Amino acid sequence: MAENGHGSGNILLEVNNLKMYFPVTRGIIFERKVADVKAVDDISFYIRQGETLGLVGESGCGKTTTGRAILQLYRPTAGTVKFYDQDSGQHVELTALKGEQLRRMRRKIQIIFQDPYGSLNPRMSCGSIIGEPLKIHGLARGRDYNDRVEELLTTVGLHPYFASRYPHEFSGGQRQRIGIARALASNPSFIVCDEPISALDVSIQAQIINLLEELQERFGLTYLFIAHDLAVVRHISDRIVVMYLGKIAEIADHLELYENPLHPYTKALLSAVPIPDPVVESKRERIILHGDVPSPMHPPTGCVFHTRCPIAIDVCKQEIPELRNLGGGGKEHWVACHRV
Amino acid sequence: MGTLLTVRDLKTQFFTQEGVVKAVDGVTYDLQEGETLGLVGESGCGKSVSALSLMRLIADPPGKIVDGNIEFEGRDLLKLSEDEMRSIRGNRMAMIFQEPMTSLNPVLTIGRQLSEALELHMKMNKQQSRRRSAELLEMVGIPEADRRLDDYPHQFSGGMRQRVMIAMGMSCNPKLLLADEPTTALDVTIQAQVLEIVKKLCSEMGTAVIIITHNLGVVARYADRVNVMYAGRIIERAPAEELYGHPRHPYTLGLLHSVPRLDESLKEKLDPIEGLPPDLVNLPPGCPFRPRCRFAKDKCAEEYPPLFDVGKNHTAACWVDVTTGELR
Repeated sequence: MAENGHGSGNILLEVNNLKMYFPVTRGIIFERKVADVKAVDDISFYIRQGETLGLVGESGCGKTTTGRAILQLYRPTAGTVKFYDQDSGQHVELTALKGEQLRRMRRKIQIIFQDPYGSLNPRMSCGSIIGEPLKIHGLARGRDYNDRVEELLTTVGLHPYFASRYPHEFSGGQRQRIGIARALASNPSFIVCDEPISALDVSIQAQIINLLEELQERFGLTYLFIAHDLAVVRHISDRIVVMYLGKIAEIADHLELYENPLHPYTKALLSAVPIPDPVVESKRERIILHGDVPSPMHPPTGCVFHTRCPIAIDVCKQEIPELRNLGGGGKEHWVACHRV
Repeated sequence: MGTLLTVRDLKTQFFTQEGVVKAVDGVTYDLQEGETLGLVGESGCGKSVSALSLMRLIADPPGKIVDGNIEFEGRDLLKLSEDEMRSIRGNRMAMIFQEPMTSLNPVLTIGRQLSEALELHMKMNKQQSRRRSAELLEMVGIPEADRRLDDYPHQFSGGMRQRVMIAMGMSCNPKLLLADEPTTALDVTIQAQVLEIVKKLCSEMGTAVIIITHNLGVVARYADRVNVMYAGRIIERAPAEELYGHPRHPYTLGLLHSVPRLDESLKEKLDPIEGLPPDLVNLPPGCPFRPRCRFAKDKCAEEYPPLFDVGKNHTAACWVDVTTGELR
């Protein structure tokens, strides 16, 4: 990875004040809304062209919801998602698109799912799964279609004759390759990778990470890489966003975040990851957080982290901390904490 | 400290329509009292089945322990009757399972499930077992333990359920705790909490632990000694520091190199193990890791390598010396 990261500096995707609330209803005939699950609550960030933005956090922090809300698989409650369309050279507001327009834009933004077992239709052959985007977007027909499917299979390191096989004939790692080939089929410029390796065996994970990096290099892709494995995120990302309970805790360059974490949650998260080396482990300081992540239906007042924070003071319980840029020398390091 | 458990040439097989799956294929090891042993490997390498075999919890049919012996506290477990085995299970030897969501009974209260073992093994009456259950919940860090005894599993979060499982496992002061991927389903911060509790309780009670995981970091933090398994066999065994410092089997070497580490300078590319884990029904002759091995020689295809001594208390099943790339 280049130290300065990929990314030409142009902003490909800009998310502003994104909110995604899911209503909680009571009653059978007369449904009434009793509360909201604030899965994503007012977050803003941007992704540069060609870079990988890592999105980390624990389960229920809203990282997957963020990915889906960007793709408009969920329609956001509020906020904007601005996407720069390289072909037309225009900025497109994804939240305002509907029907045919949105479908056409989906050609450029794709997703790789977490579960390589659930995300492939067991009744479709591997070839038709990969070829489906080609048909939907009318990108290839006849011999071109077959050639393109074969090319895609080769691109992700599978044999072209696998096209006639069905998902159950493949291992987890191979299925994830099929999922990647499907995402690549329509020549997207932006791919949301939603925990693409967490269901895979350790020895296979590295294969898929390397593949994703090669593809990025080759096709100039931009990734939003969602994961909970911090070591993997540090390896693959240029910049990292840390989320907690629907909010952004910290955004920084990948090395900066690991060398100089500012938010107490980021610090705890990093210290909780065991390092595969007993000598290093015996010397490391651990911050053990107490309690569980609170329910996003009733998030704590003020800073959402204050219930588990080792350095919380009174102001943390009352005021929501703003995301502030504390990076010096032209570097960006955003953190939302009263105590920093 | 005496030897608590000796496993000799354990073989567990599953008789399926596709053929015989040799899930555990000749595993031998010892465990000292109070020691923590890490059992590492990928899915399908036989690590869970070897633990279930110790508890004699292999579903028969299709599974069967076909050979070997397991000596625990001086008794050969494979020769015991089912009744005698029940007096050991949950009492002298307990297990924590991977899935805290599914391993608790959803229609019984937590208190009922906790007191079951206490009443059975410790011969406690209702009041005693309830008091002890509350103490146990407190020990694993569940607040308002007394009130929560009447709650059902769905009222607990994943981390809390795993803590209940630990409380159940430790309830009869077992000599051996088998922890089968105890934190795989949990978040990192919760994972750290849970593992710290296991470590604290076991060192207080002098319980030996076999921790089964695919996470090399967890093993590095908690295990004294490590057994690495591949395709049903132990392929390398050593004290933790020795194993991580001087891995001698190409598979262990590959595993350690393929995971990115938080404390390392960044690498351009990860160094994965190529290929796929073997199919246990049709194992190739010779060393099962050979098709993926970068050190492989002709000899590896012919004969399964025995465990060679490669250092102090350190053995590896490989024909090749990975430090030189030459045959032994």
